Amino acid sequence: MESKYEAVIGLEVHAQLLTETKIFCGCSTKFGNPANTNVCPVCLGHPGVLPVLNKKVVEYAVRMGIATNCTINKKSVFARKNYFYPDLPKGYQISQFELPVCEKGFVDIVCADGTEKRLGITRIHLEEDAGKSIHDQGSETLVDVNRCGVPLIEIVSEPDMRTPEDAYLYLTKIKQLVQYLGVCDGNMEEGSLRCDANISIRPKGQKELGTKAEVKNMNSFRNVEKAIALEIERQIEIIEEGGRIVQETLLFNADTNKLASMRSKEEAHDYRYFPDPDLIPTIISEEWKKQISDSLPELPDTRKARFIEGYKLPAYDAEILTGQKELADYYECVLKETNDYKSASNWVMGEVLKTIKEEKIEISDFPVSPENLGKLINLINKNVISGKIAKDVFPVLLKDNRDPEIIVKEKNLVQITDTGAIEESVDKIISSSPNQVQEYLSGKEKVLGFFVGQIMKETKGKANPAVVNEILRNKLNTLK
Amino acid sequence: MSVTIKDVEHIAKLARLDIKENELENYTKHLNSILDYMEKLNELDTRGVEPLFNPIENTNFFREDIPVRSIPREEALKNAPARTDEHFKVPKVISQD
Repeated sequence: MESKYEAVIGLEVHAQLLTETKIFCGCSTKFGNPANTNVCPVCLGHPGVLPVLNKKVVEYAVRMGIATNCTINKKSVFARKNYFYPDLPKGYQISQFELPVCEKGFVDIVCADGTEKRLGITRIHLEEDAGKSIHDQGSETLVDVNRCGVPLIEIVSEPDMRTPEDAYLYLTKIKQLVQYLGVCDGNMEEGSLRCDANISIRPKGQKELGTKAEVKNMNSFRNVEKAIALEIERQIEIIEEGGRIVQETLLFNADTNKLASMRSKEEAHDYRYFPDPDLIPTIISEEWKKQISDSLPELPDTRKARFIEGYKLPAYDAEILTGQKELADYYECVLKETNDYKSASNWVMGEVLKTIKEEKIEISDFPVSPENLGKLINLINKNVISGKIAKDVFPVLLKDNRDPEIIVKEKNLVQITDTGAIEESVDKIISSSPNQVQEYLSGKEKVLGFFVGQIMKETKGKANPAVVNEILRNKLNTLK
Repeated sequence: MSVTIKDVEHIAKLARLDIKENELENYTKHLNSILDYMEKLNELDTRGVEPLFNPIENTNFFREDIPVRSIPREEALKNAPARTDEHFKVPKVISQD
């Protein structure tokens, strides 16, 4: 990024809440049901119907508010946001305007250089999702109303972010929190977490904000980072050429890596909000708030601190392990089997994460059970197998998740710690390699590696490396 | 505060109302007389009075998060002016969703 300018970024994140039913009616929120089957007169927007608020939706919003250090408003009110679009049968979306459920919070992110940044949250409000329009079927648009009325929270940040990386980290934090809280599955690719970015630039040191543009349609975490970087570049270029930024909405195209203007009409943003007379105010008492607060699961920052404190893990390990709730759960399940915290951490961050990345699977689909990984670690620590052999057993476990002790026995991989057997093998190598012995004796320590390699080959990797090294040195040194 | 003919045209467009050219002046007059009345109300000192969002004094009317049966798709699509077997059909919306 050009150093003369500073970007100012704010994010609006929509998170689909994991309730059984819609926000204002009892229709199922289940994804993937046949089109227009999760519908009723309320979500179809028929005349004369009344919305009734789902209590859990309020609780989920409050959960997120507490987790992001927000003030929970005692009184909140729903408002109508008016616009016409075929996927919105009522002609208005029920949202919140003047009095959202939560306001004025923050989250902390840790940047790549280790510094911490506090990013403000303006508000978290409740609203209903719209339906789905299908545009690519013939000359008309088809509408599926199933998603209409699915509960959303919109989390609006302060314009506190300065780089695409900040935005990425903020979004990661939001995803981590909704997943820990169990209020949203956090899946951006499937649209249960959506993100729009407001971006402007200004000369460094200037206080006033520049004209902002809004970027939409970024359907993955990396795309958010990419699209914001592109937009910052675009704005700098315009300013440098003496132009000025026009307030507009841009769509990110992931296939071409380009931003395209939506050229929306000026009046597109005239939503004429007003309080929805169909819904009465929601009052969140101290008692209710406390009840929700008491029911919150352990949050990522607390868990990270506990991992550092309780398992004596480096901050780096704790950060990665607690990054995803499922990963942290997996790690702690491994610890039910072994108390070697650091080895368990190394295996989870190493082999486990590597496999997940390569196979493009979720931790919940990871084939090796945490119990068996714990057992594998114990086999190393009890000197039954070497670390190297364990790395060979691991792929076997991936295909065949059984007790590693049985696999090790079946495959005859048990480490040879029997000094007699190892001595025999060492003697054999020394007598068959007179040239290398001479080299060693003339001071070439490096040649030791050759002997170890030969012995490992002979024992098929099963010899305990520490024992081999010791015996080898002793024997060679007696020849000096 | 008062509205102009231009405002009325704008509001009508937003509300998808087709107002004839010769009706515009009349609507403008009507809307302004309503706004005048609001101005009258504004003369009242409401400092320290909590804004009223709903005339009903009740609060917290909730549903539990328990699914109830939706209506059959056929019922849902019955009143649609245009439809397929599964979907509502509307004129092509130019969108880049």
